[in-house]
Amino acid sequence: MTDFLQLFLSGLATGSIYAVAALGFTLLWQASGTINFAQGEFVMLPAFIMLGFISLGAPLLVSFVATCAVAVLLLGWVFKRGIADPLLRFGMMPIVVATIGLAIAMRSGIRAGFSAEAHPFPSLFADKLFNVAGVTVTLADVGTLVLSLLLVLGTQAFLAKTVTGRAMQAVAQNTDSATVLGINVPRMILYTFAINALLACAAALLVTPTYLAKFDMGESLGNKAFFAAIIGGFNNSRGALLGGLIVGVCENLAAAYISPTYKDAVALVIFMLVILFKPQGLLGKKTERKV
Amino acid sequence: MNRNLLIGVVALAALLIGPPFLKNYGIYLLSYWLVFVIANMGLNLTLGYAGQKSLGHAAFFGIGAYSVAILMKAGFSFWLGLPVAVIGCFVIGLGLGFPALRVQTIYLAFATLGFNTAVWLVMRNEEWLTGGTFGINNVGRPGLFGLSLDSNLAYYYFVLGVALVLGAALWGLLRSPWGKAFTALRDNPIRAESLGVNVQAYTLLSFAIGAAYAGAAGALFAPLVQFVEPAPFTVAASIMMYLMVVVGGPGYFFGPLLGSAVGVLLPEWLRFAQAWYLLVFGSAVIVLMLWLPDGLLSIPDRIKARRMSREASAARAASAKALGAHS
Amino acid sequence: MQPRHFIHAALACAVLALSNGALAQAIKIASLQELSGTGATVGTNFKNGMDLAIKEINAAGGILGRKIEVSHADTQSNPGVAKGLAQKAVDDDVFAVFGPGFSGSILVSMSETKRAQIPNFTGGEAASITQQGNPYVFRTSFGQASSMPKVARYMAQNLKAKTVAVIFVNNDFGKGGRDSVTKALDALGAKVVADISTDAGQVDFSSPVLKAKQSNADVIFVYTNEEESARALRELRKQGVTKPIVGETTLTSQKVIELAGDAANGAVAHVGLTTDAPIPNMRAFRSKFEKEYKYIPDHNGIKGYTSVYVMKAGIEKAGKVDRAAFTKAMHGLQVSAAKEPGVIMDVSYDDKGDLDRESFMTEVKGGKQEVKETLPALGKK
Repeated sequence: MTDFLQLFLSGLATGSIYAVAALGFTLLWQASGTINFAQGEFVMLPAFIMLGFISLGAPLLVSFVATCAVAVLLLGWVFKRGIADPLLRFGMMPIVVATIGLAIAMRSGIRAGFSAEAHPFPSLFADKLFNVAGVTVTLADVGTLVLSLLLVLGTQAFLAKTVTGRAMQAVAQNTDSATVLGINVPRMILYTFAINALLACAAALLVTPTYLAKFDMGESLGNKAFFAAIIGGFNNSRGALLGGLIVGVCENLAAAYISPTYKDAVALVIFMLVILFKPQGLLGKKTERKV
Repeated sequence: MNRNLLIGVVALAALLIGPPFLKNYGIYLLSYWLVFVIANMGLNLTLGYAGQKSLGHAAFFGIGAYSVAILMKAGFSFWLGLPVAVIGCFVIGLGLGFPALRVQTIYLAFATLGFNTAVWLVMRNEEWLTGGTFGINNVGRPGLFGLSLDSNLAYYYFVLGVALVLGAALWGLLRSPWGKAFTALRDNPIRAESLGVNVQAYTLLSFAIGAAYAGAAGALFAPLVQFVEPAPFTVAASIMMYLMVVVGGPGYFFGPLLGSAVGVLLPEWLRFAQAWYLLVFGSAVIVLMLWLPDGLLSIPDRIKARRMSREASAARAASAKALGAHS
Repeated sequence: MQPRHFIHAALACAVLALSNGALAQAIKIASLQELSGTGATVGTNFKNGMDLAIKEINAAGGILGRKIEVSHADTQSNPGVAKGLAQKAVDDDVFAVFGPGFSGSILVSMSETKRAQIPNFTGGEAASITQQGNPYVFRTSFGQASSMPKVARYMAQNLKAKTVAVIFVNNDFGKGGRDSVTKALDALGAKVVADISTDAGQVDFSSPVLKAKQSNADVIFVYTNEEESARALRELRKQGVTKPIVGETTLTSQKVIELAGDAANGAVAHVGLTTDAPIPNMRAFRSKFEKEYKYIPDHNGIKGYTSVYVMKAGIEKAGKVDRAAFTKAMHGLQVSAAKEPGVIMDVSYDDKGDLDRESFMTEVKGGKQEVKETLPALGKK
C-alpha cells in the first residue's frame, strides 16, 4: 500500500508540472486560437535564461523575476506580434507549422549557441526528505504540488473575479461580441500571451531541477502538456490541472504495475478514450461548430 | 500551362539522365528524396486536398517498411511485401480514420500523433517481431524480371519508376470527380455535405489512400537503407513530413517534390552551417509561413494575383478618370 | 599582366609545388559523428578529442611526413544518414573512417566501409559490432563483452552478491549491456532477480527504483546514459536504498556527479577510460583538452583522441599509408604508452578489432570520482 502511495505522490508532483504547462496552452488557444506547438520550448528557454542570470551572480529568485520580464517580452509580446498576429487570419495550419518551426529553431539555437549537454539547475527547495506513513516524500515534491495548485487556482481566480480577467474570458468566448462591448480585444489577447509566458517561467523554475536544463527538455513536456490539456478539457482551465494530475499519476502507476516499456502509452490511451467518448474533455463544455 | 509542361519534361529528363553521372552518395540521396516524395504525395492528398491534419504519417511509413523487412527476413519476396505494405496501410488507415475523423481538426492532429506514438512504442518494444531497438539489418534488395536491383543506380531507377506510376495515379484521381469532392471537403465541409458529398466516406478515403502511399514509400525505404529501426518513424518524423507538405504547398500537385527537397536535400546543402542548420531550417519555416502561408508553390499564383489586382485597380482608376472627365 | 610577369609567376608556383611535397598528399580521413540528436554529447566529445590529436600530430610533422586532413559530418544520430555519409566517404576515397559512435548507426554504416575495404574506427560498445565478420572495424573502447565480465566479477566476488537487480535503458547500448552482464553473472553463479527497463530521457525513476527495492537484490546494477543515471541515483537515495549501487562508465562520470550531487556518493563503477585515472599521460591529456575546449572531456573525448594515435601507430607499423597493409598491421597491434604517449595507456588489438587495455574500478567519494583499483588487461592475466 505504501508503494502505491509513493507512486501516487510522485505522480502528483510530476503531474502538477504538466498542469501548469497545459494551462498556458489552453489559455492561448481559448483566447486567440493559437495552437502553440512550441509550448515545451517556452518552458525550456526561461530555464536557460535563468541559468544565464545565475551565472552572472544573481540569486535564484532575482533571476526568476528578471527572466519573467524577459519572457513576457519575448514569449509574450514578440511572439504575438511577430508570429501569432500575422498568421491567425490564415487559419490554423500556418500557425501550427510556424510554431513547429519555432520549436525546432529554439531547440537548435540553444543546442548550437549554448550547449548540447544537460546542466544542473538549483532547486527552489532544500534537499529535505520527509517520511510520512512509510512513504518518502521530498520537500520539492510537496512544494511543487502546492505551488502549481496555487498558480492554477490563482489564474482561475484572476480570470473569474477581476474585470480584466472577465474581459479576457469574454474575448475567448466570442471575440466579435467582446469588441462590440468595447473591450480592447488585442490588449486582452496580449495579456493572455503574457500570462502564458509567466506560467511557462514558473513551470521552468519548478521542473528544471529534476528534468535538468537541456535543449530537448521541452519535447516530452510539450507532448504531455497537450495531452493533459485535451484530457482535462479545453474550455475549462481547471481541466488543465485535472488532466495534468491524471497523466502524471497514471503514468507512474502503469510503469510499476503494467509495463515500464509502455509507460508513454498511458497518456495516449486515456487521451484516445477521451477524444472518442468525450471530445470536449473531462471537465469541458460542448461547443457548437460554427458554419 | 505550356510552360509548366516544359518544366516537367526538363525535370523528368534530368532525373532520368543525370544520375549515372553522380557518385554513389548523390544517387542514394536522390532515391531517399523520391521515397519521401511518394510518402508526401499521400500526405498532400490527406492534408492539402482533403484538409485533414494528420500528424501520424510516419507511422504508416514505418508500418510499410517493417512489413517488407519482416517478410523478407522470413524468406518471402519483396513482391509480396510491397502489396502487403500498401494494402495493410490502407486498411489500417480506414480503421484509424473511422473513429479519429469524427473529431475536429486539431483533435485529429493529436489523435494521429497518439497513433504514431503507439505504433512507435510497439516497434521499439516488441523485439520478437521487429527486433526492437536493434532493428532488422541487412534487408536485401529485390530482383525485377530477373534483373538484380542491388546496385544503387538500378534501385534508383526502380524507385523513380514507382514514383512516376504513383504520381500518375494520383493525378488521375484528382482530375476525377473524386478529386473534386476532396477539394470541396477541404474548402467547406459543411457546404459540401449540404451538396450531397458524403463527407465521412471521402474523408476516410483520403486518409486511407494517403496512408497507402506512405506504406508504399516505406516498402521502398527498407531495401534502400537496408536497415529498419524505429527511429525514422517517430512523431518528429511525422512533423517533418507535415512541414515538407506545407512548405511545398498543400494542395499543389508538385508541392511534395519541392517540400521533400527542402526536408531531405536542404540539410545537405546547409551542411556548411553544420550545428546551426536546424536553427536556420526552423527559422526559415517561420519566415516562410509569414510570407508564404500557402507554401512555396503559391509564389506563381501570388504574382499572378498581384498582377491581376494591379491591372484591376488600374482599370478602375482609368474608368474613374473617364467618368470624372464626363461629369 | 605582361607575359614576362606571367612566366615568373608560373615558375614560382611550380617551385613551390615541387618543394612542398608534404602539402600535396595529405592523409584524408572521414569522421561521422552524432553532432545533433540524442547522441550530440557523444559525437561532440569524440570530435573534439580527434581534432586535438590531429592538431598535435600535424604540428609534429604528421604521420610518415604526411599531414592528416579530417572532414567531420553529422549523422544526426540517425543510422540512415550515417549510411549515406559512409557512402560519401567511400566516394571520397578516404584512408579511414572514424565513427559513428552510436552502436545502432555503426552497425549499419560499416557495411559500406566493409564493402569498400576501408578501416573504420568506432566508439560503439555493442558486442555485436565485432561479431559481424568485418575485418576492417576497430574499437576505441571496450566492447560490452570485455567489460561486463569484469564488473560481474566485482559484484560476485568482491561484493559477494548472490542476487542482482538490473536497471537498464531500453536501447542498443542498454540492452546489449544488460544481455552481457546477465550472461557474465550467470557464469559466476549470481542471479538477476529484477530486469527493469527504462527509457532514454526518462525523468521519473520512482517505479524502477521501487521495483529494485522490492526485489530485495544484494546489489543494484544501473546501466543507463548519464542524465538518467543521475536521476536514478537521486531516486535511489530518496527512497532510502542502502544496497551497493554498481555500474559502468556512464554511472560515475563527472557529468553524473555534477547532476546528481550528493546522491552519487558511494556509487561504484567499472570504467574503461576516465580522466581521473592516476596516470600522468591521462592528466596531461586532460589539461590539454581543458585548455583547448574549456571543459573536462568525458570518455568519448578520450576515445576520439586515442583512436587517432592508434591509427598513427598502425600506419607506422605498416610502414606505408596503405589501407590493406594498415589493416594487417592493426590485427595483433600492441602499442605501448611509453613509445606513443598519445594512446595514454598500453593497448593491444586482436584479429576481430576488439581492444584490450587496463581498466579501473572507481567510486564516488565526496563528490569526486576516485580510482579504487586498476584492473589489468584481460590478456595480461
